[in-house]
Amino acid sequence: MSSRPEPDWTAEEMMTVAAARALCDSAVCFVGIGLPSTASNLAVRLHAPNLVLVYESGTLGAKPEFLPLSIGDGILAETADAVVGVVETFNYWLQPGRIDIGFLAGAQLDRFGNINTTVIGDSYETPRVRLPGAGGAPEIAASCREVLIIMRQSPRTFVERVDFVTSVGYGRGGGERDRHGFVGAGPTMVITDIGVLEPEPKTRELVLRRLHPGVTVEDAVAATGWALVASDDLEQTPPPTALELTTLRELEQTKAGRPTANVS
Amino acid sequence: MFVLSTVVRDPNTLPPARRSAVIAPLDVAVTALVRDGDTIALEGFTHLIPFAAAHELIRQRRRRLTLVRMTPDVIYDQLIGMGCARRLVFSWGGNPGIGSLHRFRDAVEHGWPEPLELEEHSHAGMANRYAAGASGLPFAVLRGYAGSDLVGQTESIRSIACPFTGESLAAVSALNPDVAVIHAQHADTRGNVQLWGISGVQKEAVLAARRSLVTVEELVDRLEPRPGAVFLPAWAIDYVSVVPGGAHPSYAHGYSERDNDFYLAWDGISREREAFCEWMEANVLAA
Repeated sequence: MSSRPEPDWTAEEMMTVAAARALCDSAVCFVGIGLPSTASNLAVRLHAPNLVLVYESGTLGAKPEFLPLSIGDGILAETADAVVGVVETFNYWLQPGRIDIGFLAGAQLDRFGNINTTVIGDSYETPRVRLPGAGGAPEIAASCREVLIIMRQSPRTFVERVDFVTSVGYGRGGGERDRHGFVGAGPTMVITDIGVLEPEPKTRELVLRRLHPGVTVEDAVAATGWALVASDDLEQTPPPTALELTTLRELEQTKAGRPTANVS
Repeated sequence: MFVLSTVVRDPNTLPPARRSAVIAPLDVAVTALVRDGDTIALEGFTHLIPFAAAHELIRQRRRRLTLVRMTPDVIYDQLIGMGCARRLVFSWGGNPGIGSLHRFRDAVEHGWPEPLELEEHSHAGMANRYAAGASGLPFAVLRGYAGSDLVGQTESIRSIACPFTGESLAAVSALNPDVAVIHAQHADTRGNVQLWGISGVQKEAVLAARRSLVTVEELVDRLEPRPGAVFLPAWAIDYVSVVPGGAHPSYAHGYSERDNDFYLAWDGISREREAFCEWMEANVLAA
């Protein structure tokens, strides 16, 4: 064990910063609420001022001054280039592959990047836990040019096989996406509080590609419900810079437009 | 010899069953439009959610409803918890930005207060089902659901071969609710409706439905032209009710802000059955 001082940032902050770094300037990004929205808004304030934020409420090019609580907060409509209906959002903008990056999360993720947001348990009819459901995710997963997944990593959530495939990553691996005729490439990165997983180019199994500072391969393996393989060229994520941290914390203070909102 | 007839055709000679909006109080409109066992869509995508109309349904003790809505958030949590629903047709059931819908989960996981049948889609699927319904088509085609386990659970998702290329695509059956209910900012005194801001699938839901009710913030003499606004003519609507604040705790762009504190508080109010029932008694039934 090293004796270096405790970092002045949390694992969650590292995860959000890593996700923001994965967004390049001028990309068109389909944003969900929660961590994806935080990461996207952080990227806009740092290195990607021209990132185009599309929320599924039909707000194209939203530029919120503070973090919205929901995908339909008024600030998104007020600052958007255009507000369009849901049919148009999905049919004209998402379906043909006009969106570069889709951001997804879920209750369960498996080794081939498939996501479950529907039910936990063996039975759909009598689930142990009823989750919210698909929302826009199945088509985001299919049709965005690439998908970033952002999720806290634990053996309970990173599982060998999801209980229910709500949204397809790579199915059972290999070329399954091509057989479905998907427009998009699928999940290219899974960003967690531990590190970053990426699909192995042939099998499409998610392998450990990057570790956040202070985390070991053993930690990553212990936080994964399948036999996680570390990449041969494993890298370390640079820690958050002072600017990244300050900007993120200022942004978090503004959630839902109020300095005191406490939302988990 | 010719008999002189009137120059202009008498509107009474038009085919029957044409709509024309009636402006009436909310309780009258709900009584006139909604029957037990109906399929009813209350739409509004985070914005302009017709809460007041849902509360009227609860007060009128409507039962065995099939509730249709892309995002059955707090509004359907209330209807489900009060025993109004038999079936839910939806694509995302959570409290946006906060977490679970506890009454929805209790109904699915424990059958309380009654078991709830589910017909589950994605947003793209639901939006296209409304669009097909509004277009008078039996189904819609989209690239969707491929590889998803939803296909095996939901009867109204099938696949279809493109007649031109043979490509396999998803087909979803049209939604044609008995009643659609939406909230808007303005109606004029003839019952023409105008809404603006995030517009969701409200237009499609109203045009897909057999009957419709629009609650509005305000009745105005004349609708101001407003680029980008959604217009629904009086002849496509059945009832208009003036209900200022009728979208609370969601909001009406230009009139109110989303009450985020309420959505946060709902997590605690709805978690336990008893606290939920007390809240509904005090704030909806007694209101």
